[in-house]
Amino acid sequence: MALRIRHLLGLDGVSREDIVQILDVADSFHEVLEREIPVVPTLRGKTVVNLFYESSTRTRISFELAEKRLSASPVNFSVSTSSVSKGETLRDTIKNIEAMKIDMVVVRHGAAGVPYFLTQCTDAVIVNAGDGLHEHPTQALLDMMTIRRKFGRLEGLKVAIVGDIFHSRVARSNAWGMKTMGMKVVLCGPPTLLPQHPESLGVPVTDDLDEALGKADVVMLLRLQLERQSSGTFPSIREYRERFGLDLEKLSKLQDNVLIMHPGPINRGIELASNVADGPHSVILEQVTNGVAVRMAVLFLLGGGENEKEVVI
Amino acid sequence: MISKKPNGAVIYPPDCSKPAEPLVIKGGRVIDPANRIDDTLAVAIKDGRIAAVSREVPKEFDKAKVIDAKGRWVVPGLMDMHVHLREPGREDKETIETGTQAAAAGGFTAVACMPNTNPVLDEEAKIRYVIQRGEGCASRVFPIGAITKGSEGEELAPMGEMVRVGARAVSDDGKAVAKSGIMRNALNYSKSFSIPVICHCEDTGLSQKGNMNEGVVSTRMGVRGIPAIAEEIGVARDLLLAEYTGARIHIAHVSTAGSVRMIREAKARGVNVTAETCPHYFTLIDADIGMYDTNKKMNPPLRTAHDRQAVIEGLSDGTIDVIASDHAPHVSEEKDVEFDAAAFGVAGLETSLGVVLTFLVDKNLLMPADVVEKMSLNPNKILGLPGGTLTVGKAADITIIDLKASWIVDSRHFFSKARNTAFEGFPLKGYACCTILDGRVVFERLS
Repeated sequence: MALRIRHLLGLDGVSREDIVQILDVADSFHEVLEREIPVVPTLRGKTVVNLFYESSTRTRISFELAEKRLSASPVNFSVSTSSVSKGETLRDTIKNIEAMKIDMVVVRHGAAGVPYFLTQCTDAVIVNAGDGLHEHPTQALLDMMTIRRKFGRLEGLKVAIVGDIFHSRVARSNAWGMKTMGMKVVLCGPPTLLPQHPESLGVPVTDDLDEALGKADVVMLLRLQLERQSSGTFPSIREYRERFGLDLEKLSKLQDNVLIMHPGPINRGIELASNVADGPHSVILEQVTNGVAVRMAVLFLLGGGENEKEVVI
Repeated sequence: MISKKPNGAVIYPPDCSKPAEPLVIKGGRVIDPANRIDDTLAVAIKDGRIAAVSREVPKEFDKAKVIDAKGRWVVPGLMDMHVHLREPGREDKETIETGTQAAAAGGFTAVACMPNTNPVLDEEAKIRYVIQRGEGCASRVFPIGAITKGSEGEELAPMGEMVRVGARAVSDDGKAVAKSGIMRNALNYSKSFSIPVICHCEDTGLSQKGNMNEGVVSTRMGVRGIPAIAEEIGVARDLLLAEYTGARIHIAHVSTAGSVRMIREAKARGVNVTAETCPHYFTLIDADIGMYDTNKKMNPPLRTAHDRQAVIEGLSDGTIDVIASDHAPHVSEEKDVEFDAAAFGVAGLETSLGVVLTFLVDKNLLMPADVVEKMSLNPNKILGLPGGTLTVGKAADITIIDLKASWIVDSRHFFSKARNTAFEGFPLKGYACCTILDGRVVFERLS
C-alpha cells in the first residue's frame, strides 16, 4: 500500500492512515535491526543525498544508518564541505546534485519551507530532516513509535511537551502528528518561549508546568538553547530549571508509568536532571534506536520499495 | 526608442526636440476632482498644455488629432509617490528609463523615487543626477532625498541643498530612523523647506529576523514574524513627534489596523499627517503566501484579513490619502531562493491601477473621484507639485482609463525589468489604455 504523500515535508496535513503505515513498517524494521546482519536489500541501487545545511549529529547519522541498512547509497553533503560558502543558490546546488542522478534528498536547513522549495527544483523524493522553526517530521514519528511500543496505542494518551516551544520544530511536528493520532498534547514553557499566536497549532499552550504535567502519560523535555538567555527570553538557568526543569521531586508527582522523552542532545541538570534522564521512566535511548527504524520506514515507503512483504527478508 | 510588447502595449519616449502637436480627447468621462468636474467633456491640448475642458471642442482644434475616449475615463495623469528605481547602483534590477516606462504603462505620468539607491541620495549632486537621468523619460521623476546621511540614522542629510535642486521630500525608506532624537531633529529641520518627511515606521527591535506577519499563519509556517506592533510603535512615535514639533509627515505603506486607527485619531487632533497604503495591503493577506511564495514577501508584510479590512475603511473614510505601489524591483536570483533569504519587495507600477479598479472601484469601495484624488491629486499636493488637475494652462499630463478591459497579469509583458509581482496570473478589470505626458502620447495599447 502506497502512502498518500510523495514527499515527507512535515506532519501538518498528513493523514492518520499514512502515519499508521509508517509506524507499522517501522516496527517491522525494528526487528531487522535486532538481527545479526541488520541489512535488507530493499533500496539497493538508490542514491540518497543527505543535504545538511545545519550541523547535526544524531539525525544525520540516524538517516545515514537507515540508508545503509536499506542497502541504499548515501552521499553526505554538509555546509562546511560544499560550495555553499561560495554563494551558490539553493536551486543551483540541488540542480547540480540532481544532475549526478540521485533518487532521494534528505534535507536539513535553517529556513522554513526549504523542503517544499526543493520539490519545485527536482523530481527526487524529498524528506525533511528539519527546516527552520517549521517541522522535523521524522523526530515526531520516532517519538510516536516509541510511545506506541510502550503503551500499545496512541489514542487518548496525554503528552506534555515542555521547554522552548517557540523555536522547536519538534514540538510543531509532534503537535500536528499526535493530534492527528487522537492524542492530547499540551505545550508548556515560559511565555517568552511560546508562540505569540499558537492557535494554528491546534493544541493548548500554557506556562503552568503543574497544569501541563497533570495526568500526563508522556513528558517530553526540549533542549534549552543556552544562548537564548542573552536575547532576553529567560533570566537565568537557575530560574529556568526551577520552573521548567524535570527532577526527581517533580517526577514523583507523576503517574507511575509515565514516559520521559527528550529529542536530544540533553542539557543535563537544566531541563532534565541526570537521575531522571538515566532513570527507569526514561526512554531516551530507545527513541534513538527507533529513529533509525522510522527513517528506514520513511525512506522505504517513499523510495519505491516494492511492497510491504519484502520488508522483512 | 519605441518599445512594444506582444500584448500590444507600446511606449513612445517623448521627443522633446519638436513641439507637441495639438490634440483633442473626445467623448470620455472627465474626472477632475480639483475642479469638481465629473462629466462627459472634451479636453483640448495645445503646446503641451491644457487649452480647454469643455462640451464643445474649440474651433481652432478642427484639424487637431483626435483620441476617441468614448466609454473611458479621462483623468489627470496619475502619480505614484513611492517607487524604487534602483538607479544608481542596481541597474540590473531597474533603471530610471525602464522604471518610467513601467510607470507610463501603468498610467502614471509621474513618480517619486526613494533614495535607498547605491549610493544613497543624500546630497545635492546625487539628486541632480537622478533628475538629469529622468529627463526625456516616459514619466516625470521626482527624487526624494535621504533624511540622514547614508540613511544610517545618525546625522542629518543636507535637506536644504537637496530641496534647492529638486528633491520633493525626504525619507530613509527601507529603514526607520531608529533614534527618536534624530527623528525629532529631522522633523524640526524639515520645517524650513515646506517638505514632508516620509516615515518608514518600524521598530526593528521587534521586527528583526522576521520575514512575514507574526500571527497564526507564521506560527504554522515556522517563519519568524514581524508583528503589527513593530509598525504601530513606529507610527505612534512619528505621530507624537510630528504633533510635538509641528512638522509635516507622510506615513508610508500603512499595513495594519492599528496604524489606520492612530492616523485617523491624529488627523482628528489636527496633526499634520498624510498617509499612503499599497495595493497589496487591501487585496492580499498573510495566508496568501501559501507555500512560501517569495513574490508575496515585502516589508511591511502582508497582514491579516482584519488589517486588510481596516486599510480599506481607511481609504474609504479619507484617513489614507494616497495609494502608492512601493514598486520594488528585484532580480530573479533574489526571489528564486528559500523564503527567509528572499529580498523584500514587489514590483507594482504595472498592476497598481488595475488592482485598484478591480478590488476597490468595481466593488464600490472607492468612488472614481476618490481614485483620482488618491492616485493623482493628493500625491501632487503632498509633494507640493502643480499636477493632479486638468486646470486650463497646466501641463497636459493625462491618463485615459479603460474600465471594462479584462486582462490577466503576466509579468513577461512588463516594461519594468522586474518580474516579482504579487499578482501574477490575477484576472483584473481595467487599465490605462493611453498615457499622455506634456501633451504627447507616451503609452498606448494597440489592439
